[in-house]
Amino acid sequence: MLEGVIEIVAGVLILAGAFFVLVSALGLLRLPDLFMRMHAATKAGTLGAGLVLFAAALFFGELAVSIKAAVVFLFLLLTAPVAAHVLGRAAYYAGVTLWDRTMLDELRGKYDESTDEHDGPGAGSPAPSDR
Amino acid sequence: MTLFDGPVSFLQVSAYVGFGGVTIAICAAFVRVVVGPSMPDRVLALDLIGLLSVSLIGLYAIASGESLFLDAAIALALISFLGTVAFSRFIEWRGEEPDA
Repeated sequence: MLEGVIEIVAGVLILAGAFFVLVSALGLLRLPDLFMRMHAATKAGTLGAGLVLFAAALFFGELAVSIKAAVVFLFLLLTAPVAAHVLGRAAYYAGVTLWDRTMLDELRGKYDESTDEHDGPGAGSPAPSDR
Repeated sequence: MTLFDGPVSFLQVSAYVGFGGVTIAICAAFVRVVVGPSMPDRVLALDLIGLLSVSLIGLYAIASGESLFLDAAIALALISFLGTVAFSRFIEWRGEEPDA
């Protein structure tokens, strides 16, 4: 009885994971610029992989395997935002063009190429020579 | 007994559907690697392919009943992350896109 329920729940989790993974790949293929693609790939992809790993943890039903699957998911959850941030920063500074219908680029003109600093909110007090 | 040679069940069908979905997703991400258009696009697509491979390994672990494959998933996630960070540092160091 319980095994049948676990099999069905694991199957549903696998289907949901495959769906989100497909959505992320579709977003990567269809969205108009890099930053939107990054939005699709990082979030939906992590969710899809996490659902599949959760299905594996349920299917085996052993503590050791569940911890292993949880560690993989935790690792993905920690590294995906870091990788996306590093890549987005590099892409912006490398001058990747935004979508031509982008309304707002708040960093434009506030970034000093020579010192790697920006003067937005929270950038610290201005240099003494400015006063 | 693995899911491959076992009797037809809901879990078996959904595992096969999952294999198909993840494979199609990897193909779509590979199209993005080929067409670009810029270097960060390709790096992002490769990062997603690493993530998709992790889910493929998870699916294969379920289908084959062999939980040791999850160790490979840990290693693959680590290497994929390091590769993405290294590529990003390279892009930032190189500066302006030559062929954006």
